[in-house]
Amino acid sequence: MQRIILQFLSIAGLLMTVVPSVLVLAGSIEWRTHATLMLLGTALWFATAPLWMRGQAASDA
Amino acid sequence: MGKLSSGTLVARLDAINEFDRAPVASNRLQGPGNFIGIYSGEHVAGTEFVIGPLFVAHGVTAGDLLGGLLVGNLLAVLSWAFVCAPIAVRTRLNLYWKLRKIAGPYLLLIYNLVNALMFCFLAGAMISVAATAVGIPFDINMPGLSDLYPTGAGWVATVLVIGCAVTLLAILGFEKIARFSKLAAPWLLLVFVASALAVLPQLGVGSWSELKEVADTKIWTGAPMEGRVKFTFWHVAFFAWFANMAMHIGMADMTLLRYARKWQYGFASAFGMYLGHFIAWIASGILVALAFQENAEVAPGPIAYMGAGVAGLIAVVLAGWTTANPTIYRAGLAVQTITPNWKRWKVTLAVGLVTSVAALFPALMMRLLDFVALYGLLLMPMGAVIFADFWICPKLGLHQDYAERTGRLFSWPAGLTWLLTLGLCLVLNRWFDIEIFFLGLPGWFIATALYLGFAILQQRRKPIDLAV
Repeated sequence: MQRIILQFLSIAGLLMTVVPSVLVLAGSIEWRTHATLMLLGTALWFATAPLWMRGQAASDA
Repeated sequence: MGKLSSGTLVARLDAINEFDRAPVASNRLQGPGNFIGIYSGEHVAGTEFVIGPLFVAHGVTAGDLLGGLLVGNLLAVLSWAFVCAPIAVRTRLNLYWKLRKIAGPYLLLIYNLVNALMFCFLAGAMISVAATAVGIPFDINMPGLSDLYPTGAGWVATVLVIGCAVTLLAILGFEKIARFSKLAAPWLLLVFVASALAVLPQLGVGSWSELKEVADTKIWTGAPMEGRVKFTFWHVAFFAWFANMAMHIGMADMTLLRYARKWQYGFASAFGMYLGHFIAWIASGILVALAFQENAEVAPGPIAYMGAGVAGLIAVVLAGWTTANPTIYRAGLAVQTITPNWKRWKVTLAVGLVTSVAALFPALMMRLLDFVALYGLLLMPMGAVIFADFWICPKLGLHQDYAERTGRLFSWPAGLTWLLTLGLCLVLNRWFDIEIFFLGLPGWFIATALYLGFAILQQRRKPIDLAV
């Protein structure tokens, strides 16, 4: 369960990295908001992905 | 050439490769997912921040870029799948051990040294890339696309600090950094995509229908910068095909693909090509077009900041660092073949220092297209030798792995093939005006033909017993 939550957060991080740029292109948000959300998405990805990827690497081996 | 003896040099050289001498055991073979992951990660790297902008600087048109990248990347994938992978899965050996059997340990030593030097320069370019991001908060004078020499004391200090940090981390270990590189890969690709999408409105794109017009008139305009050769469809296609020439037709990826259950896993390279060498190159081209429009700095750090803010700077630093680190480590391994008594950390330190000094010169970064082409060309002839030895020699009644069979330290057919191929490529370049990007194709056929000719000469003159 914990692994699923972590994976969900990681995917949310990746979405926060890329979706705001589409909204900038659509004229829905400002560039500055996109940059802030990207930074938050980056932090979320690097904070959560290593935790479940480590487990995946161990099970692959 | 001399006969193989129990000489200390050969013994020491072999000791370094001890763990990699035997073919991969069947229980260590891996499925296609691993290769998709590795190729996707390896080809979304720091270099992508430079190559896309350089295409723009060379005045390629949007149509030529898209067509060239589609065709060139396809040819690269086919080269991995049909040239490199079949030999890798049949021999289960890495490039170095296979080459040792064909060319002898002394020629392998020379190959390793050339390889190490190229690795140092490549890692140097990546340190330069990272420096363009780290230097932004300190307002250092960034190199432009035409700069070949250090741009000031701030640049020198930034590069040296990053060079020292990267070298130190390479000394501390490679495995963790390799894992971190895989972790960063999917995020990094999205940073490329997001940065490009976010700047499109500033280039005048208000809707998808306007994208083509902006691409043609503001991004890939077809007008080269002063001092740059105009790139056509063929330049882009051949560059995309041969950007990793050392890896596919140069056979370096035997080291990776020997773990593949089937040769068809060579097609996994498509993920690296069409994510990194298609999407990322296009994205970084869009970013630099905005920098040109705004009269802003065009180095990787500033253009990534224009697209993604602080996340863009992080991406440039991480992309440069995760590419430079394993490259320095690999260069250290290659150099260790001539300094086997040195501790690994000393070798890595020496390599790191050479790399850091090389990184001071933005020429490596700003002339990356030429360097990448030269790097592949220098190593490619040995790949052709392996191909000819494996597939064609038996059909001509010649022995494979002749140096090993006869105990030779240095295979003159392989050595002469290498030297003459590069010499003839130089002639084609200087006297027939064939640009470096195109030399890989004739070079490969020249190398194959030369090796077969020399092998016939050698083996017909001194036939050996097949039972050897």
